[in-house]
Amino acid sequence: MRFTIPGQDINRERFVREIPDFHHKSEVMLTDKGYKCRITNIVSLTEQEKLFQLRILDPDERNIFRFRPGQFLMLQVPGYGEVPISISSSTSNNEQIELCIRKAGHVTNALFYAREGAHVAVRGPFGSSFPMEEMMDRNVILVAGGLGIAPLRAPLFWINDHRDRYRQVHMLYGTKEPSQMLFTYQFEEWRKINHIDLHTIVEHAPKEWKGKTGMITELFSEIAIDHDNTYAIVCGPPVMFKFVCNHLDKQGIPMNRMFVSLERRMNCGMGKCCRCMVGSTFTCVDGPVFDYWSVMNLKEAI
Amino acid sequence: MIYKVIAKPEFEKFIDTLVSGETLSYGPRHVDTDKQGEPIYQFREVNTVSDIAFDYTATYSSAKHFLLPFRENLSRFTFTDDDWEQDIGYEVKPIILIGLRPYDISAINILDSVLLNGHFPSPYYLARRKNTFIIGMDHLPLPDCFSKSLNHHTVSHGFNLFCSDIGDKYYLSINSSKAYNYLKEFRVEDPSYDDDCKLIERRKLIKQSFKTDVEVTGLPSFLDIEFDSPIWTKWGDKCLNCGTCAMVCPTCYCYNIEDRPDTDLQGSSRQKQLYSCNLVDFAEVAGGHNFRPKNGDRLKYRYYHHYLGFAENANQPICVGCNRCGRACLANINPKDVINDLRMEKESCMICVSQSPDKT
Repeated sequence: MRFTIPGQDINRERFVREIPDFHHKSEVMLTDKGYKCRITNIVSLTEQEKLFQLRILDPDERNIFRFRPGQFLMLQVPGYGEVPISISSSTSNNEQIELCIRKAGHVTNALFYAREGAHVAVRGPFGSSFPMEEMMDRNVILVAGGLGIAPLRAPLFWINDHRDRYRQVHMLYGTKEPSQMLFTYQFEEWRKINHIDLHTIVEHAPKEWKGKTGMITELFSEIAIDHDNTYAIVCGPPVMFKFVCNHLDKQGIPMNRMFVSLERRMNCGMGKCCRCMVGSTFTCVDGPVFDYWSVMNLKEAI
Repeated sequence: MIYKVIAKPEFEKFIDTLVSGETLSYGPRHVDTDKQGEPIYQFREVNTVSDIAFDYTATYSSAKHFLLPFRENLSRFTFTDDDWEQDIGYEVKPIILIGLRPYDISAINILDSVLLNGHFPSPYYLARRKNTFIIGMDHLPLPDCFSKSLNHHTVSHGFNLFCSDIGDKYYLSINSSKAYNYLKEFRVEDPSYDDDCKLIERRKLIKQSFKTDVEVTGLPSFLDIEFDSPIWTKWGDKCLNCGTCAMVCPTCYCYNIEDRPDTDLQGSSRQKQLYSCNLVDFAEVAGGHNFRPKNGDRLKYRYYHHYLGFAENANQPICVGCNRCGRACLANINPKDVINDLRMEKESCMICVSQSPDKT
């Protein structure tokens, strides 16, 4: 007597789903399917950074893709790989996604060769976001170091879209050199139209630089902080977090009103690959936006 | 669950029928002998019952690789002149796994809780899991196995059929209708009072056979407090960063994703590759900053994830206590020694505690 297990008996599960859905929990979805995008515009910002404007080709997918300030997406460059990139555009811009990308690795290097019209894909959005509603009717300090301005553009655009709901908004921006300063073309607009109190500083400057020179914490002397009514958003290299957050802590801003966006190596964005884990926390699912209290409790976080 | 007993010759007939069919079957096989002359077992394809070493001690690799292969295609890209198409498929062939020990089944249950929960259940894993027929078997542990300390010396779910050796019969726990249907064709009986007694004795014997005990009570808190303990440097200095522990671990699931273009550049596969948190570049980000630059940092992270981090997220440590990592480690690092080392540090302070003024 012999018998076999019929194939289709065990193999009952076949997973087909028409539209990828990242917004609702469902038993099974095409977790690795990207939304195909066309690179509509490439803006060269510095030698190292470019701003890419992408449009999701499929209108349905374009409608599904809605994000909150501070979230990130996984950018797929087929044949090269996938990288986590923070979304740098306004949440109200439903037509285009803007990504500010530094040439730093294998995938981003390949992307720098891409021309307008090329097709890439995005998965997401993933992660936590800045609590913009909670900050309404308060003062906001945005502190960006270097490329840290990229994830801060989304909350800044949000504030600009809802400018009447926020009180004083300060933005402190520091880079190593003047040539590395990003989005300088928007500074006037932010200052004059959106009434953002923008201060910039560089660490090392050539002789012709007329602005300030020094560390970013020196900019705090230029602004008055009402510590009971102020929220802070900080993004930059790990070493900057410590100095800036310590300073703000001394100024009396409660730790749960300081928000930082952490950088980690992410391979999946879905809390599976563990590459971005800090202690028991997944930066991709529980982060990248954390309040400073959580960061203090996460060992090795910064 | 339905319980039955089956005579051993009849059981062999049942397994033989199962494995000689068309469905791919894997079971423990004696594949080699190590330098001490001890047999080496691995889960390999089996075609007749005589291929299977039912009395195997432990396999080098775990059974997780049938659900989480070392390399797995996540999607395929095909390139045309100025465009590409992405193709994703989850279809897998059904397989039968025979002879899994309770801790291996527990490990699969733990993987289920990681990969099938949360906002993004893994369809790749789910497809494999749903198409895997698991037959578990109990066993007498190796002297260095500490699965009892983590309560994984028995298992109550996650298998289709579980067999306990009660002398000339197997006591079967039938946990799926599929297993029940297959067994219909064979001579199985309801367990008698005698069989029940033998099963209880067998379980007692197994429980008492554990020679190694690792105290894990309160371990998450110990680990949290001892984050800066010098023992991490001490053990980190021994670690070779080879990642072997994660490869043989039945629950390690961390991975890396990379695109592998075809040699003709007409297409590319996005592949997932099992990784290890002990490898140097695990936490390195673009630009070269490494969040865990030292050996000790990475070793510590592994222990934190196994005994603290995962315990916080899923209410149980991820370790099942099989000690495969300890056996495979080239630098002789094993969880028992590391955890005991960490605990001893604290326990030595009991003197101070007992002398503290509040005590009197």
